[in-house]
Amino acid sequence: MHQYTTDMYEGMLAETIMLPGHNGDIINAYYARPLGHGPFPGVVLIHHMPGWDELYREFTRKFAHHGYLAISPNIYYRFGHGSPDDMSAKVRGSGGVPDVSVVGDVDASARFLKSLPLNNGKVGVFGTCSGGRQAFLVACRTKSFDAAVNCWGGNVVQPKEKLTPAQPVAPIDYTKDLSSPLLGLFGEEDKNPTPESVRQLEEELKKYGKNYEFHIYPGAGHGFFYYPSVAYRPEAAVDGWKKMFTFFEKYLGTSGRGS
Amino acid sequence: MCTGIVETAEVSGSGKGPRGWFKLEQVNVSYDHPTDAQLEHALNIDFVNEKESPSARVAVELSPESARKLVGVILTTLSRSDPSRVRS
Repeated sequence: MHQYTTDMYEGMLAETIMLPGHNGDIINAYYARPLGHGPFPGVVLIHHMPGWDELYREFTRKFAHHGYLAISPNIYYRFGHGSPDDMSAKVRGSGGVPDVSVVGDVDASARFLKSLPLNNGKVGVFGTCSGGRQAFLVACRTKSFDAAVNCWGGNVVQPKEKLTPAQPVAPIDYTKDLSSPLLGLFGEEDKNPTPESVRQLEEELKKYGKNYEFHIYPGAGHGFFYYPSVAYRPEAAVDGWKKMFTFFEKYLGTSGRGS
Repeated sequence: MCTGIVETAEVSGSGKGPRGWFKLEQVNVSYDHPTDAQLEHALNIDFVNEKESPSARVAVELSPESARKLVGVILTTLSRSDPSRVRS
């Protein structure tokens, strides 16, 4: 984690940018980075089902504060524009965002980070809720990532009757293709993913000899990082962030923070 | 989308959104994360018109108990106005 002292200079640039996403479509993204030459590791943040919202901007800046080039693509871009909750409702009513465009947009975001002279050549992916599912999916469907974090991603284990045109394959079925180490943070009281479906995913990861690390927090349900909601569990959240930064530091390296 | 529980139906009528009244075309009912209600999951109802902007939306997020009460009072109200058109 970023250890700072009160006499340090600190600066950050955070802004909305445009970049080519899936199929070369231009989409927008929120990008935050520390000032300085780096080199810095990179992280792509996949926003949760409630949308490309203020919380994900905060998360993106938090990664920049800890020395990462951080980018959160708007995976709902093709549905139009409005307030984050209106866009989330529109996507929900439309059957959800297609997995294929999410994989394309997130992969393109990783390529953007790796193209920067500030990057140390390493990029991770992080997501919560539906974004946790998508982080696992993208780490299976591409080879662009050096580490992946799935926070309480539901529907990784997806029975056939729950498959849809937008989500035609259960991510667990791609486990053999997982191309990076995986950290999973889950709540014991979560109804999706349930501890049973987390166990199923773990069995599949063991079967294919994958490098993974799972933590299931007692007393926590779904979304225990989300401080504006009743789901927030401070002890689990603080420990989860620590475990995540330790994991990313291990596989992505640390910030050079060059002047 | 974490539960994936969504049902939709065509509806006719009007709704009042942030820009005033608009024609309703569809209702989306889901059981999923609310945006504002302090519940882990809520019964979310979105009255929308896809032909207008995403802000053409009348939204409510209810606890399951409240949603059942709503269903009850709607059916009761309809039965008082025209009993022959109410299905049990």
